[in-house]
Amino acid sequence: MDIISSYGLILIVMAGVFGFFMAWGVGANDVANAMGTSVGSKALTIKQAILIAMIFEFAGAYLAGGEVTSTIRKGIIDSAYFVDQPELLVFGMISALLAAGVWLLIASFLGWPVSTTHSIVGAIVGFAAVGVSVDAVSWGKVGGIVGSWVITPAISGFIAYLIFMSAQKLIFDQEDPLKRAKRYVPFYMALAGFVLSLVTIKKGLKHVGLGMGTAEGFAWAIGIAIVVFFIGKVAIGRLKFKESADKDMHYTNVEKVFAVLMVVTACAMAFAHGSNDVANAIGPLAAVVSVVSSGGEIASKAQLAWWILPLGAFGIVAGLAMLGKRVIATIGKGITHLTPSRGFAAELAAASTVVLASGTGLPISTTQTLVGAVLGVGMARGIAALNLGVVRNIVVSWVVTLPAGAIMSIMFFYMLKGIFAA
Amino acid sequence: MSVNSFLGVFAKSPIKPMIEHIDEVHRCAESLKDFFQAVYKGDWDAAEEQRKRIVTLEQAADKLKRDIRLNLPGGLFMPVERTDLLELVSQQDRIANKAKDISGLITGRQLQIPAHLVEGFNSYLNRCIDAVAKARDTIGEFDDLLETGFRGRERTLVDNFIKELDEIEADTDELQVKLRQQFRQVENDMNPLDAMFLYRILDWVGDLADLSERVGARFELMLARV
Repeated sequence: MDIISSYGLILIVMAGVFGFFMAWGVGANDVANAMGTSVGSKALTIKQAILIAMIFEFAGAYLAGGEVTSTIRKGIIDSAYFVDQPELLVFGMISALLAAGVWLLIASFLGWPVSTTHSIVGAIVGFAAVGVSVDAVSWGKVGGIVGSWVITPAISGFIAYLIFMSAQKLIFDQEDPLKRAKRYVPFYMALAGFVLSLVTIKKGLKHVGLGMGTAEGFAWAIGIAIVVFFIGKVAIGRLKFKESADKDMHYTNVEKVFAVLMVVTACAMAFAHGSNDVANAIGPLAAVVSVVSSGGEIASKAQLAWWILPLGAFGIVAGLAMLGKRVIATIGKGITHLTPSRGFAAELAAASTVVLASGTGLPISTTQTLVGAVLGVGMARGIAALNLGVVRNIVVSWVVTLPAGAIMSIMFFYMLKGIFAA
Repeated sequence: MSVNSFLGVFAKSPIKPMIEHIDEVHRCAESLKDFFQAVYKGDWDAAEEQRKRIVTLEQAADKLKRDIRLNLPGGLFMPVERTDLLELVSQQDRIANKAKDISGLITGRQLQIPAHLVEGFNSYLNRCIDAVAKARDTIGEFDDLLETGFRGRERTLVDNFIKELDEIEADTDELQVKLRQQFRQVENDMNPLDAMFLYRILDWVGDLADLSERVGARFELMLARV
């Protein structure tokens, strides 16, 4: 109790700084994965990608980031164990942030494809299980989260397969693919708009003060979908096609239509990413703030302080603005054989899956969901060659990340405890 | 800070290199036209020049073939079978090798085509090279096939190409039979060894069409498994 009242401000500032730094890292590094597909298939320039990412990452983080944040804040640990010693929760969350941040720094330096989500969950489980008590972890919830890491890539892969096959059937296998593309592509845009707005309205808008009923929510989502549909239709109508371009490569003009669609799915992807990954940075911060501001009382119903989501959202945008350009440029160069018609299927599937997970409060890895979606398109014979070695690396890295995050957070936990208790 | 990107999952596509390879092979076979123009005139210096050009083109095709093989490591996930792809590139490469062999044998022995056979031989040669061109067109649709997921409209187009390829090959068989008969009437006027080798050249030129047809067949087989 004494610790919290005497050092409260310092602790909040520490957590705030680390949380902001973490969000900054998410923006600088992870966003590249979310936007890379669009840049790589040349649907967007780097500048456009950054601009879209800034707007939609912020919107996603602010509007739909609440559920996952609350899972990270109080879903993984059993708060009953901290009622007598709330300072342990504060130390633990700060060390979890530090551990995940340091681990990400190391991994980025070494070029390992690690997941922010995995490191923060590992770190929280680590300090709670070892630093406090094995029972302080809600193992059931953690089991569910880990299970979702296996299932979400599979789900997004399946959705991507279906989306891609439908595009093949409706557009590519037809007599006049260009005409077909112009007709059907706006529907895919509307679908993206519908899924995103529905989840956001149902789950996200409460904290902005805009709670809605089911019917009202559906109506709004359908309305937004229709607006997106017509915007898309106009954008496609304004495209200029060169007849000559179709001579050597028959689908150049069709891909142009899909490139417009990819702008929409890129927005969806940025939004989904923001909604899920902002929690990794600010979930622990939210926990610290709620304990300290209530003077050591652990109230599981405490509201999220108003400034926390925007802080995370600004952190992501700052990271993006400072480093995103360079990172996206590096990866954008690598892939040349990803055409917009494939990229959109992967992005739309991944974005829908991630947003749904965000709505249910599951912290999942955006990157892995996207990889699952890409493999789904590959299964539908849409991509010339996929490197399974990289997929294996990703799986290995997430197995390694959990214990690494845990061990580091345990170390930081005892260090903090030593410093403040002395 | 290096990039920990998932985009490493996109491996280098083998499809564009396959198309480049068959283009190179076709260029190599087509050079036989200029080569034989020099041979008909008996201009052996020019023929040697042309032969060198064919050898260079064959080597370029060889290099592309090696690149394709090296860029297909074990962990790749592709819409077509790896074994089919490797088999196909070998088959394509044989056309270039045959073109090189033909030019090599002719210049090595300074083998003249008898004057009144030239016309028939030339149209036979052109028809065989037509087959190579058709094989090139067929493989050239590979990237569009990927676009359509190896189904539908594009697939029908390729099936038609392969049918045309078969027809051209049957054509060359007929031409070869006629040419042989013409040649038999004058073979006694020739040095027997030269006559023997000229028969072999007739065979080899026909092989260009045969091998092209086999490229088509191999491609068809690959698509049949998709």
